[in-house]
Amino acid sequence: MSAVSVRDLWMEYPNQVVLERLNLEIAAGSFCALVGPSGCGKTTFLRLLLGEERPTRGAITVDGQPLVAEPGPGRGVVFQRYSVFPHRTVLENVIMGREFAGSRLLGRLFGAARRAAIEEAEGWLECVGLAAHRDKYPAELSGGMQQRLAIAQALIVKPRILLLDEPFGALDPGTRAQMHELLLRLWREERMTVFMVTHDLKEGFTLATRVLAFEKLRIDPTDPGRFGATITYDLKVNEERAAEMAPPLALSA
Amino acid sequence: MRRVINRRPGRGGFLFWSALPFAIAAAGYAVASALRLAENPGDRLLPPLSAMADAVVRMGFTPDTRTGDYLLWADTAASLQRLGLGLGVATALALLLGVAIGLIPYVRAGLSAFVAVLSMIPPMAVLPVLFIVFGLDELSKVVLIVVGIAPFLIRDLSLRVEEMPREQLIKAQTLGASSWQIVLQVVLPQMLPRLIDAVRLSLGPAWLFLISAEAIAATEGLGYRIFLVRRYMAMDVILPYVAWITLLAFLSDTLLRLLSRSLFPWQRAGKGAS
Repeated sequence: MSAVSVRDLWMEYPNQVVLERLNLEIAAGSFCALVGPSGCGKTTFLRLLLGEERPTRGAITVDGQPLVAEPGPGRGVVFQRYSVFPHRTVLENVIMGREFAGSRLLGRLFGAARRAAIEEAEGWLECVGLAAHRDKYPAELSGGMQQRLAIAQALIVKPRILLLDEPFGALDPGTRAQMHELLLRLWREERMTVFMVTHDLKEGFTLATRVLAFEKLRIDPTDPGRFGATITYDLKVNEERAAEMAPPLALSA
Repeated sequence: MRRVINRRPGRGGFLFWSALPFAIAAAGYAVASALRLAENPGDRLLPPLSAMADAVVRMGFTPDTRTGDYLLWADTAASLQRLGLGLGVATALALLLGVAIGLIPYVRAGLSAFVAVLSMIPPMAVLPVLFIVFGLDELSKVVLIVVGIAPFLIRDLSLRVEEMPREQLIKAQTLGASSWQIVLQVVLPQMLPRLIDAVRLSLGPAWLFLISAEAIAATEGLGYRIFLVRRYMAMDVILPYVAWITLLAFLSDTLLRLLSRSLFPWQRAGKGAS
C-alpha cells in the first residue's frame, strides 16, 4: 500500500491543456475510481501515475518520495487490451515478473528457480481461476479470462499500487460482475492502492472507496484545448470497506 | 443463384483449378514447340521436352569434359552459397538495426532517415562500385545481395517493432524488465516470425541480384551458366535452369513458411482448427 499525493499538477500538450490545478491526497489502501466523460484526462492522469509521462507543472509523490519517472515494478497495470503477451502461454505470462527479477541477463529462469516460479504462478492462476488453462495461449482465452490473466501477471511482482485503465470495458455484464468480486478480493488480500479508470459510473460506485470525477470547469467554444479538466467531485463511498483497509496506525489514533 | 463471392470449390475442385493454369501453359508450350519443329527440325527457340531432358542429363549427370565437374550441381552449390551468405548477413543486420531503430528513440533519431535514403539507392547502380571495391570474387556478389535487400528488411522490421502495442512495452516495464530483457523476451520472440515473412518476400529480389551479379562477372553459378549458353541460343539448357531456379526459390519459401509455423505455434493460436 502506498499513499499518493498530487500537488498543483498541470498537464499540457502543445495547443492543449489536458489537466489543470489537480490537488489530491490519496490514503494508502484506497480504491479510487476515476470517472468522467471521454477526453477528460482520466487516462492521462493514469499515465502520469504510471510514470509514462511527466507533468508539465506540479508533482506527484508516493509515500513522500517523488514518483519514479518511468514505469517500474512498484506500480502494476492492467489495460483494456494488449496487457498480456501473445507469444507466451498463460503460465509463461505469469512467471515473467519472477523471471525478469531473477535473471538480469536472459530474463529466463532454469532448474529449481524456474520450478519455484512456476509453483508461485500456479498459486496465482488458482487464485484467479485459470489453473485449468495454464498451457493455453492468450488468443485461445475469452476476454474475461485474458483480463484475469493480466491481473495475475501484474500481481506476482507484488505492486503496492495497481493501475487499471478500463479493464472491464470490453466484457459482458455477467463476466464483469465476476471480475468485480475478484478485484475486490485481491485488493483486500494484497493491500494495494488501486486507481481504476472507468466509463461506468455504477461500476465506480460499486467498487471504489473514493470516486474522483474529472470534468472541464471552463469551456472555450472557439478553442476547446484552452482549458483542461480537473477533479470536480471527490466522493468517499463504501466507507466501512475503506475503514477495513486503513493502516492500523490510523485506527489507533 | 448465389453470389459469386460466396461460391467456393471443394477439395477436388480446388486442386483442379490450381492445376489448370500449369496444364494450359505446358500444353501451350508443347503445341507451339511441335508446330515450330514441324516447320524447321533444327529450331532452337522452343526445344522439345526430349531435348531438355538430354540437356539435363548432360549438365547434371555427366562430368564436364574440361573440368570434370557436374556443372548443374557445381552451379547450384556456388549460387546457393552466395544467396545463403547474402540472405544471412542481411537478416542479421535487419535483426540488429531493425529492432534498435524500432525500439530505441535515440537510434531511431540517428538512423531511420539514413536507412530510408540508403534504401532508395538502386543496388544495380552501385554494382560497379562493389566490383571496384570488393573485387570480382564472391564478396562483391554477396555484398550486392546484402545491399539489395537489407534496407528493405531493416525498414520493415523497424516499422513492425514500432507498431507493437505500447501497452505491452509498458506492462513489461511494470513487471521489472530492463530494456535488454524487453528486447530478448518481448520484442524478439514476436518479431522473428515477422522477420521470416519479410525474408520470404525478399527471396525474389535476392535471386534477381544474385543472377545479375553472376551474369556480369563469375566463373560458375546458375546465372552465369544461363548467360553463357545464351550465346549459343541453347534454350534446351536455359529453360531447365530457369525451372530449377524457380523450384529452388519455391522450396526455400515453403521451408521458411513451415519453419515459422513450427517454431512459433502461438501465431496460429485461437485462429480455429485449420
